[in-house]
Amino acid sequence: MRTIKFLLYKEFKQIFRNRSIVALILFMPVMQLLILPWAADYAVKNINVALVDQDHSTYTQELISKISGSNYFNIVSTDASYDKAYRSIESDAADLVLLIPPNFKRDLVKNKTQKLFLAVNAINGTKANLGAAYMQEVIKEYNGKLQTEIHSVGRNSTPHRAEVTFSNWYNPHLSYKVFMVPGILAILVTMVGGFLSALNIVKEKEVGTIEQVNVTPIKKHHFILGKMIPFWVLGNVVFTLGLIVSWVIYGIVPVGSLLLLYGFIAVYLLAVLGFGLLVSTYSETQQQAMFVMYFFMMVFILMGGLFTPIESMPEWAQETIKINPLSYLIRVLRMIVLKGSTFSDIVPHLLTIALFAIGLNGWAMLNYKKTN
Amino acid sequence: MEEVVIQADKLTKKFGDFTATDAITFQVRKGEIFGFLGANGAGKTTAMRMLCGLSVPTSGEAKVAGFDIYKETESIKKNIGYMSQKFSLYEDLTVVENIRFFGGIYGLNNEQIKNKTEELIERLGLTSVRKELVVDLPLGWKQKLSFSIAIIHQPKIVFLDEPTGGVDPLTRRQFWELIYEAAHNGITVFVTTHYMDEAEYCDRLSIMVDGKIKALDTPKNLKMQFEAESMDEVFYKLARQATRAE
Repeated sequence: MRTIKFLLYKEFKQIFRNRSIVALILFMPVMQLLILPWAADYAVKNINVALVDQDHSTYTQELISKISGSNYFNIVSTDASYDKAYRSIESDAADLVLLIPPNFKRDLVKNKTQKLFLAVNAINGTKANLGAAYMQEVIKEYNGKLQTEIHSVGRNSTPHRAEVTFSNWYNPHLSYKVFMVPGILAILVTMVGGFLSALNIVKEKEVGTIEQVNVTPIKKHHFILGKMIPFWVLGNVVFTLGLIVSWVIYGIVPVGSLLLLYGFIAVYLLAVLGFGLLVSTYSETQQQAMFVMYFFMMVFILMGGLFTPIESMPEWAQETIKINPLSYLIRVLRMIVLKGSTFSDIVPHLLTIALFAIGLNGWAMLNYKKTN
Repeated sequence: MEEVVIQADKLTKKFGDFTATDAITFQVRKGEIFGFLGANGAGKTTAMRMLCGLSVPTSGEAKVAGFDIYKETESIKKNIGYMSQKFSLYEDLTVVENIRFFGGIYGLNNEQIKNKTEELIERLGLTSVRKELVVDLPLGWKQKLSFSIAIIHQPKIVFLDEPTGGVDPLTRRQFWELIYEAAHNGITVFVTTHYMDEAEYCDRLSIMVDGKIKALDTPKNLKMQFEAESMDEVFYKLARQATRAE
């Protein structure tokens, strides 16, 4: 125990003397939580529409005002020629072209059907698809209204119309920030913990100080604990800062128990630190450790279920989620923070993460050798 | 018969096809200053790392302070001090913090640490820089501090790997005074060096060429054996035989 005391004293001294690390720990989580949730928003807005109106009737005027009245579309041009509108897609000025054919109104009233043509710029697939879907929605609604008007003339019967209404549980206003903030916090905790532990130990290898330590009768597990405890504490600091930011800025207060939240983070940090430690035992230089960590972090983040839902991934990718610790944290944070899940809800995840922690640390401990 | 503290028998280390240390056999007696000479790449550091328990030998036997270098490396580590070629104190800690840290992990109690700290700082004339980060010290001071920390726990043997590389002549002399003092206090000194004037200060010397020990005796006897005027000449005659490319 005395040895650990000396190790901790040394480690904390070194950390607080290193300004860039202190900055990393304090400012990175705050800045990222302040900025990222605003940008990482799935709602597609500002879809640029090039209109080709060849009818110029009161009906088309009404349709156009409906489109521009919704919050999703900007009408960037109104032309009579389709070619011209098409060129604006080519030059990326427009995402959609909506063609209203000549005699739109007349044919609609007379034949009861009419065709509108929608051309989509699918380079940005998400925007185009969602844009087209929104546009169809607007047109459908408009069409519904027209039908009622046309049919109700002369007859007094209103056609039966069924509408589906939604209620969004746990995120009633469908705010993407509520959805993103816990996920971004999960990434931050993982990055800070993983990188700090991996780089710190490799740095000692690189500078040569580890040799001076290895030649002392220090116990392996003492040395490792002396490294883990400071980063575990820092991980908790980052997490707490993150919770404060999400409360002050986004008004997100965990619905579930804080104790449960910290309990899970405590175990999770052990797993992440163990991973960093493992990487450091296989790396000789900070550069190597950095690249290895980046590789895994990219995979963890992009396949962690934050940016794309796990359920829509191909099956093999869903399998990899099982060995992605970050995906568990993202899920559990959302569960506790947004849904107020209780201990029994997260037990399976907690056990998995505990297994990760034991496995990774055990492996690292075996692979860390005082004698080569 | 004086007590033997290092006993190496056909100690060998191979890295793939390359034999860094080739079946070296020698003894070091308690309290002596044993010089371990050889050109760059002759295998000195490898041999030293095996004796310190930092590196596992490929074959051969050795005992350091009475402990086996295969099975009892941790017991060896309690009884030795080591100063590597590369400066390896924590540069982002102060002089006092370094002393405290290494004293602590060698198991000194608080009072011992306190006394040692004052004694060392006084002895090395570091009073004015005791709260300075080690990175800001001149090399000579760093080396003296490193040596003093390597023997902070009063080990039986201290291993010094080129301790005076790049240090000015005056500081080197002061450094050797520290070595003599340690030897006087009963610490066996195992030292590698490239300076032949330093070799003359040693009680006995071994000279390694291409991983093998080619000569081992007192400086006086070596000069007689090789009909040389100085250790410089002895070293030159031996090192010239090397076939290993640097």
